[in-house]
Amino acid sequence: MIAMENVCKSYRIAKRNAGFLEACKALFHREYEEIEALKNISFTIRDGEMVGYIGPNGAGKSSTIKILSGILTPDRGKVTIDGRVLWDMDASASGPGSLFGRNRYRRIDHVRQIGVVFGQRSQLWWDVPVIDSYQLLKDIYSIPESLYRKNLDELTESLALSELLLTPTRQLSLGQRMRCEIAASLLHSPGILFLDEPTIGLDAVSKLAVRDFVKKLNREHGTTVILTTHDMQDIEALASRILLIGRGRILMDGTLEDIRRGGATMDETLAQLYKSYEIT
Amino acid sequence: MKKYISYFRMWLVMGLQYRAAAFGGVITQFFWGFMEIIAMHAFHESNPASYPMTMEATCSYIWFQQAFIAMLSARLFDGQILESVRSGNIAYELCRPVHIYDLWFSRSTASRLSGAGLRCIPILIVAVFLPKSYRLSAPAGPVQFAFFLLTLVLAVLVSVSYIMLIYISGLYTISADGFRRLCSSMMDFLTGGYIPLPFFPAKIRQVLELLPFASMQNVPLRIYSGDLAGTAMYRAIGLQLFWLAAMVAAGRVLCRNAERKLMVQGG
Repeated sequence: MIAMENVCKSYRIAKRNAGFLEACKALFHREYEEIEALKNISFTIRDGEMVGYIGPNGAGKSSTIKILSGILTPDRGKVTIDGRVLWDMDASASGPGSLFGRNRYRRIDHVRQIGVVFGQRSQLWWDVPVIDSYQLLKDIYSIPESLYRKNLDELTESLALSELLLTPTRQLSLGQRMRCEIAASLLHSPGILFLDEPTIGLDAVSKLAVRDFVKKLNREHGTTVILTTHDMQDIEALASRILLIGRGRILMDGTLEDIRRGGATMDETLAQLYKSYEIT
Repeated sequence: MKKYISYFRMWLVMGLQYRAAAFGGVITQFFWGFMEIIAMHAFHESNPASYPMTMEATCSYIWFQQAFIAMLSARLFDGQILESVRSGNIAYELCRPVHIYDLWFSRSTASRLSGAGLRCIPILIVAVFLPKSYRLSAPAGPVQFAFFLLTLVLAVLVSVSYIMLIYISGLYTISADGFRRLCSSMMDFLTGGYIPLPFFPAKIRQVLELLPFASMQNVPLRIYSGDLAGTAMYRAIGLQLFWLAAMVAAGRVLCRNAERKLMVQGG
């Protein structure tokens, strides 16, 4: 179970007006603006749920995913995963001991339990065949040989990877690469999978393949899936629950049925929804 | 530990596939070494008495320096590490059960070894068969050779631990490019990359020899030809160990601290 309690995160953004004079001024004095990316975000996600995390660009989706995956430190609030504390910024955890990385060890324990796919980045090593990347991941996660074999065989079959494993990553098409990326994030059998825009830029066939695979994964292994996307068909196909975030707040927590309006397409529905919350 | 060894192996194998770069490197290094030796000959002839090293030792120094440039040079950065920080791809590495410091350390060491592995053999072979006053001569003795190998390993580790500090500065400043340039020009000079350290004026030399830069190329290359021996040699090895420990410790603390503050921007 994933629980976020009152998580806040703000960024400091350097601002200046356009122009040479302004740039010179900024050499001596910079003006910063605090942007609150997350304001008191709280929710819980049960094991085996598939949650679509949606909202317009800049709403705070990625920040949430990064905090949940342990790579971004929140300012305030508490995050627990399966009862283990990942972040507790209200306690004295940010004292001097933190300089020597008490949180760090927590990060390393935590990331063994999760798989992450960032649709806009690549986790495979560019110049080597995909299978070499997998071998390295096997060692990085200390996956036992038998489990690695079993997972690799299963993923190879369900994502149709057999042709791709021997090809260097740089020579794969985007759709092929995304299938390999998803497999890479699941080799260590994580209980939670974060998908950050997994279908971005994919063609129809690849999108369907990714969706079918994620559904199957959730059905057969009970993997908790948290999905952020702008593609409403992903949400329609995958998410049994929808969290809507806008301007740093959770605005709605419900199902697809709650937001659907008869006859309208998903994109129209969503646009309406964004408008009604004035978050566009 | 195993994960870092696998990572090391992966980057070693990856580095070995860049044949054209290695070929270009061999040619460049060979000509550079040749020119440097000719220049050194000119100095030597103008005033042999004030020349601080023997000509043989100077030639060996230069040939090893050129052969192992990929391993010892302060100039060679792994652009991909800095790029991964700048572009945010480091996010994936943070999502894995690895320590960033150890990961980068094994990776930098591996890419240095593979770079040097491909380049050193042809250069050394040719250097051995050159005419007498240009060639790479035999080591001063078996003991010196053993110490040469030991200090060479330490020198690589010291160089990597220093470069690591520059990579880590990238975690604090977004673009470590400026700092990197400053450091690499400074290092080339201070390590004895342009002229061996014995050629510096005595007072400057005494200070330079205490700095971590002297622990990089200066120590092994001078031990080989017996230019550095006895107490001075043991002191140099002690300094190598000290700088290695100090820079690794500093790097780890800075790296951990940076990880907490890190901001992976954009979608």
